[in-house]
Amino acid sequence: MSDHLPILLIVLPLIAAPLCVLVGNRKVAYVVALAAAWCTFAIALTLITQVTRSGPIHYNIGDWAPPYGIEYVVDSFSGFVMLFVAGIGALVLSYAPPSIKAEIPQSKHYLFYATYMLCMTGLLGICATGDLFNVFVFLEISSLSSYALISLGRSRRAPLAALQYLILGSIGATFILIGIGLLYQMTGTLNMADIASRLDTHHGPRTMLVSFAFLTVGLCIKMAVFPLHRWLPGAYTYAPSVVTCFIAATSTKVSVYAFARVVFGIFTPDFAFEQLSLNTGLMILALIGIFGTSITAIFQDNVKRMLAFSSVAQIGYMLLGISMANQSGLTAGIIHMFNHALIKGGLFMVAGCFALRLGSVNLSDWQGAGRTMPWTSFAWVVGGLGLIGVPLTAGFVSKWLLLTAAVQSELWPVAVLMLLSSLLALVYIWRVVESLYFAETSQRAADAVDAPLQMLVPTYILIGAILVFGVWTTYPFDLASEAASTLLGAPTP
Amino acid sequence: MSIEQVVGLYNYWIVVFLMMTGFYIVIARTNLIKSIIGLNIFQTSVFLLYITMGRINGGTAPIIPAVVADAHAHAHPADAHATDGPAGHSLHETADELIYSNPLPSVLMLTAIVVGIATTALALALIVRIREEYGTVEEDEILELDRYS
Amino acid sequence: MTTFPIIRVVTKLLIPYILLFAFYVQFHGDFGPGGGFQAGVILASGLILYGLVFGLPAVQSVAPPRTIERLMALGVLIYAGTGIATILLGGKFLDYSALEHNFYPHYFPSGQHLGIFLVEAGVGVTVTSVMTMIFYAFAGRNSVE
Repeated sequence: MSDHLPILLIVLPLIAAPLCVLVGNRKVAYVVALAAAWCTFAIALTLITQVTRSGPIHYNIGDWAPPYGIEYVVDSFSGFVMLFVAGIGALVLSYAPPSIKAEIPQSKHYLFYATYMLCMTGLLGICATGDLFNVFVFLEISSLSSYALISLGRSRRAPLAALQYLILGSIGATFILIGIGLLYQMTGTLNMADIASRLDTHHGPRTMLVSFAFLTVGLCIKMAVFPLHRWLPGAYTYAPSVVTCFIAATSTKVSVYAFARVVFGIFTPDFAFEQLSLNTGLMILALIGIFGTSITAIFQDNVKRMLAFSSVAQIGYMLLGISMANQSGLTAGIIHMFNHALIKGGLFMVAGCFALRLGSVNLSDWQGAGRTMPWTSFAWVVGGLGLIGVPLTAGFVSKWLLLTAAVQSELWPVAVLMLLSSLLALVYIWRVVESLYFAETSQRAADAVDAPLQMLVPTYILIGAILVFGVWTTYPFDLASEAASTLLGAPTP
Repeated sequence: MSIEQVVGLYNYWIVVFLMMTGFYIVIARTNLIKSIIGLNIFQTSVFLLYITMGRINGGTAPIIPAVVADAHAHAHPADAHATDGPAGHSLHETADELIYSNPLPSVLMLTAIVVGIATTALALALIVRIREEYGTVEEDEILELDRYS
Repeated sequence: MTTFPIIRVVTKLLIPYILLFAFYVQFHGDFGPGGGFQAGVILASGLILYGLVFGLPAVQSVAPPRTIERLMALGVLIYAGTGIATILLGGKFLDYSALEHNFYPHYFPSGQHLGIFLVEAGVGVTVTSVMTMIFYAFAGRNSVE
């Protein structure tokens, strides 16, 4: 059975989704979904251990040999991304019941769990597959289910936010589809490794350039890179808390993963960065994005919206790392994907706890909650320290690596700007901390109590992970640096 | 580029025309229904792009004709030489001469069409809900309503 | 619902053929153009036509929403279950060769044929029910004015 783990990772949540619909009872559906999610995490954990021990795992669907059949490949990069996607997926699901009970009508709960499982299937599928068209299909599975999940939000703006995301997301997906089509036209294959070996990136036709442009823009929309991030704040703000936790922690990171795969696995950094100097463009966009959105975040009163803008900024850091295109930069970018998933997931979970108890995510309603909800508030402080990048937290590790990478590549302005931008994070995190601890207690906060244990425990696991991986850096670092060398040593003909 | 080349690429011109039309509608329209229609036109252009690249001049549908399939089923490898008469020979020739169009792009598009349907259905469902909430499907009016609420 | 007799009579005449055609496309999909997706859409169009002419309650008594919802899930399970079955039989996921059997081989499809048959059946069930569900979702809404 252990040979089949790469496919079981995808099929398990895929089966859990219809089972949830079939039973139709919210409690049974929850048990099914939860069991599937944790099993998926266990599989991901096993896979990554196997990969670090004995190299990449290939699995041919239907026993059709690649490039004719669809091949699933788990290497250290995809394994790493799968690991935290599955882990956070399971953790958020454990945290979910009290929160969705308050935010989603009970008759829809089993559908919620089914859609959640589908979203997880899509995200894991993007990581697992080695087939470019499959990437598109899984991207759409995850996107479609996230549009549906976002539209479940309580606010009447939720459907509009979901629709705006849907329109932009579909444009992005169609761009990706065009890019894949042109690649197929040139090479006659859809297997990523096979495309890479057939593509002559030095003397190729102009179609290659067009295809690369379409893929890049499409994936940038999905990643919410700075000028194309318009869908993200609304979607994150109006989605139910649980959905925001999951999507914010995983979805954009998986798109970053897909982007890295396309750039490094198919087109080679030489084509993208040397011939096209995409790295300069990306770096500038990333830096403008970091500053623009961080400053916007400072002026937000809605905490979820604030965190959403901060997410756009953090995507900028990942892109910075990737666009350096060397071992240290990539390692930093990849490790930041992991750390940011933990931090942003954790912070949104805290926001979800407040939303449950205070019924609001507006800063003015949170005032003084530090006294009545001490545990929840403390979690925010720790998560916030991680986001700023204070030593001994995971955020520090990735920022430090990015900084050293920038210095190594002699990108001094980038290094200086990165340090400055961390100060901006300090400002908006501090605004919340100040309201929590030093402001007059608001009406709502006065008679609030700490969030229920079922929510606090998963929150603290994630928040604790920020501290653990801030000190025990070797595990994620080894994985990330191995992933980076896999990417850089990606099959070049 | 001679005029024949330009005209010869007519399928791509159609694709580009549809693509731009659809894309323009999506970004220029504030009516939500109309932007979904634009999105559909945009997606359809991509379906055409794929299908047109799978087509081979003189190619048939990629289904093995019954005659050839039967010949394969009945021809035993052992006595293949013995019956290699004129009839068998012509069969082999027809099998070799047949050119099949590439089925893969069409299959891929079947999947993309399903994705497109799902997107459209979901989008329309959302629009129905938006209309129930706001009583309009004009995006600027909705934003206006939100500002004063 | 409507009192137009021509539409009602023509619909009643048409629906059996629509359903029959759907099944033809479904089962002929193993040998030629066709398959679960197309068949599912055609079958659902039969149901939707019935609903359009005779009203939502009539079609919902034929195909209750909850049943349709279950069928939606069942189709996916048939698909995924085929894959799991091939794993259990010792093959790779969706490796239909593992489904080779000798149980009345001339009457029951075997191997690749059986595999694609099951998968297409799953697709057909899901597509039929999803299309019907979409119709229900829109038709069940009260108009707002």
